[in-house]
Amino acid sequence: MTGDDDGRSTTTGPDGDRSAERAATIGRLAAELRTRLDADQVIDDRARLRTYECDGLAAYRVVPALVVLPHTAQECALVVRSCVAAGVPFVARGSGTGLSGGALPHPDGVLVVTSRLREIREVAPADERAVVEPGVINLAVSRAAHPHGYYYAPDPSSQQICSIGGNVAENSGGAHCLKYGFTTNHVLGLQVVTPDGELVRLGGAAPDSPGYDLVGAFVGSEGTLGIATEVTVRLVRLPESVRTLLAAFPTTDAAGAATSAIIAAGVVPAAVEMMDALAIEAAEAAVRCGYPAGAGAVLIVELDGPAVEVEAQFAEVVTLCRTHRAFEVRIAADEAQRALFWKGRKSAFAAVGRLSPDYIVQDGVIPRTALPEVLRRIGELAAERGIRVANVFHAGDGNLHPLVLFDETIDGQTDRAEELSGAILDLCVAYGGSITGEHGVGMDKATYLPRMFTDDDLDTMQLLRCAFDPRSLANPGKIFPTPRLCGEVPGRRKGPHPLQEAGLAEVF
Amino acid sequence: MSDVPGSVDLLATIEDAGLVRPAGPVDVVGGVPARFVAEPATTEQVATVLAAAARHGLTVVARGSGSKLDWGHPPTALDLIVDTRRLAGVVEHAAGDLIVVVRAGTPLAELRQLLAPAGQQLALDDPLPGATVGGVVSTNTSGPRRMGYGTVRDLLIGVTLVRADGVVAHAGGKVVKNVAGYDLGKLVTGAYGTLGLVTECAFRLHPVPAAQAYVRCRVPLAGAGGADLVGRLVATVRAAQLVPDALEVDAPVDGPIELVVLIGGTTAGVAGRAEAARRLLAGAAGPGPTGADLEVLVDAGSPPPWWSRYPWLPGDTGLKLTGVLSAVPDLLGAARTVADRHDVPIRVRGSAGTGVLYAGLPANAEPDRVAGVVEELRGAAGTAGGHAVVLTAPDRVRDRVDLWGPVEGLELMRRVKDRFDPEARLAPGRFVGGI
Repeated sequence: MTGDDDGRSTTTGPDGDRSAERAATIGRLAAELRTRLDADQVIDDRARLRTYECDGLAAYRVVPALVVLPHTAQECALVVRSCVAAGVPFVARGSGTGLSGGALPHPDGVLVVTSRLREIREVAPADERAVVEPGVINLAVSRAAHPHGYYYAPDPSSQQICSIGGNVAENSGGAHCLKYGFTTNHVLGLQVVTPDGELVRLGGAAPDSPGYDLVGAFVGSEGTLGIATEVTVRLVRLPESVRTLLAAFPTTDAAGAATSAIIAAGVVPAAVEMMDALAIEAAEAAVRCGYPAGAGAVLIVELDGPAVEVEAQFAEVVTLCRTHRAFEVRIAADEAQRALFWKGRKSAFAAVGRLSPDYIVQDGVIPRTALPEVLRRIGELAAERGIRVANVFHAGDGNLHPLVLFDETIDGQTDRAEELSGAILDLCVAYGGSITGEHGVGMDKATYLPRMFTDDDLDTMQLLRCAFDPRSLANPGKIFPTPRLCGEVPGRRKGPHPLQEAGLAEVF
Repeated sequence: MSDVPGSVDLLATIEDAGLVRPAGPVDVVGGVPARFVAEPATTEQVATVLAAAARHGLTVVARGSGSKLDWGHPPTALDLIVDTRRLAGVVEHAAGDLIVVVRAGTPLAELRQLLAPAGQQLALDDPLPGATVGGVVSTNTSGPRRMGYGTVRDLLIGVTLVRADGVVAHAGGKVVKNVAGYDLGKLVTGAYGTLGLVTECAFRLHPVPAAQAYVRCRVPLAGAGGADLVGRLVATVRAAQLVPDALEVDAPVDGPIELVVLIGGTTAGVAGRAEAARRLLAGAAGPGPTGADLEVLVDAGSPPPWWSRYPWLPGDTGLKLTGVLSAVPDLLGAARTVADRHDVPIRVRGSAGTGVLYAGLPANAEPDRVAGVVEELRGAAGTAGGHAVVLTAPDRVRDRVDLWGPVEGLELMRRVKDRFDPEARLAPGRFVGGI
């Protein structure tokens, strides 16, 4: 966790002249923007800038050179165009809840905060669409759709505060993405400010827009391809029936086996969540969720859909839990009980703060069937390092959230915890999984990306980035481990076909 | 290849490997004859072939089963066809993880048979029988069940492609939940092979439902009245808690429109939901010209004969019409009105539940009239918030219509193309805006 030092060092670097030059550039940029925007939309006061120094991953802190809060898409485009003209990098930020440092400011750049673009432009239940601005809070979209019998399906656990713009950047998931998919499956159209500062519409309210699926490319690009200024999302019909159970197992292996059995039976649950003993202990201490005592693991399984289907499958799920050694199965009788089941799970991250002064929330993915093996390996790695790990998973899709517990004040623990956290990602890759299932690469995992992808893979991804952002001004330093220059597009061949020129065309 | 002089280095390496041959009379794309055909069996061989093609500046079109070679514009130049049919087979089927990794030349039908014993499916329909995985991905085709399961973009979780310069690249992976790196799978989906040659795909699978039922409803009204009634029925089904896997409409040239709801799930659940759908549809016509309940039947066995087939024959003009859901009846009505005005028979069919319709006009229709229909339908689709794309057409119609119509973000698309294929050698001219 060296981000803090990095952040400061860039502002007090040895190269005083260049630093002064950069400061002057930012000063001119701020002055220019103030002639076009209200005074309170442009922040360069050091104390106020500091409030933007990190996103949800507080381990990295960098004070931006300037913060701008556009109110409209046009203002957003204006800011980007000004950045381009000044050669200044820009970073977009929504609510700042990201967990990979994707919205970590650039020390010499502008932080473009989209939280004031917060209008829900249209809710069209007959079209199953809503059109919203990027600063709209995730849960607000569902609230607006509820009266019509619809909701917005992606539900990251931060959904009460995270913004749709941030969700688009990170391709956010949530507990229910096992059945309903991720942000990318629910966004059909975008208006974006390109890294050139142009406002462009991609996709639309109707499916299958002709041309390349640039909406699909943009969602999850972590702010490196531009800034979304309007988002057209799919609304999903509220299910007729939702049924939730909490099952307690002696071990995580048993809970994992039950999960596999449920999936193998052809059930597609809305969610299957698992917590191990340490995570349960933390949740109990924090929110007294009253989970069955003595459980080595609990599963929360939720089914939704037509009542007749849910009834049939729910009975099967209960049976499968019992046959896989669940010693207690509780079925939520009402919404309050369902909320209590989820309360323990949703509080787990924060709750481990009661077990440990410091912790790292890891995010990795493995094939679900490898769960028992990987858990065993995580346990071994943790024991070798004398570090405790609490495990919380989206078990249905193999998305692990190991919580690595440590105490910064104990000599060497921070390093050992970080090393363990990295080793867990190596495990995920070794088992054919991913280094991130939903938190994104951001700043935090840029150095891990080459463990999953070859140089050729990364070079190919760069082709896309360079098409959008040839100057590398949009959120530079994120996702990709080493900054690369885009260079000019190689010229198309001109003149006679080289094959004909060489006289080789006639060989056949 | 014995007549090829050994001193000529053209494609020498791939000749040695038996990967290339002179093109024959059937090796034609959109009327443009190729000069060579390569038949690689592995990603590495595709890389060898494309690297050689790059060295020699050859223009390249990929071909699977060839079922959609008449889609899009003909290539502006064609040296080499890369035939993917030897690039076939399942690399990995992890049943417990509900994923499959499959080579691009594998026919979708074959994959279906391979997955069936595990009770699993890749939930993509193939409107053109024989279509390969690579072709389906590259043209982004879909069928009725897109309503319940989504399309290629929702099911493709990882991709291996070979770039124009012969470099092999991967994106995504073989786990469903994964946000590491750019999602290049989305970029190559529906790209008509203009960005790279897809050699391997990883897909998310679904369980095959234990039971299915087709609830078929005949709408006795023709013309705009029929379209309006269809609109009412569609809205009724959507507002109910049926959660259909498909909601299809078929409007033949003459005769009644048919609306079909596909219900899939558990045996007990499907029986109840299908009966609920039957009652809902029968009673939904309400007071009006029909004056009575609609004729609705539940067929648990097989779909209607037109199911998951495009409403055109080889050589006809085939269009894809999209719009927002509430505009589906407008699109249906417009198709009928416009075709009547131009005196051309039209058949419309598609996913009323997602806003994706297809229209077929006969091969022998007067090109001017077809062009008139296309122009007006493009206007109607635009009003509906969507597009009208001519997927395929006879040459004399192609000469008169803009196949793709307006495209949002075209300038960015050109920039993407220029980065991936700066010499414009992959499927040149086949795609939007001359890409």
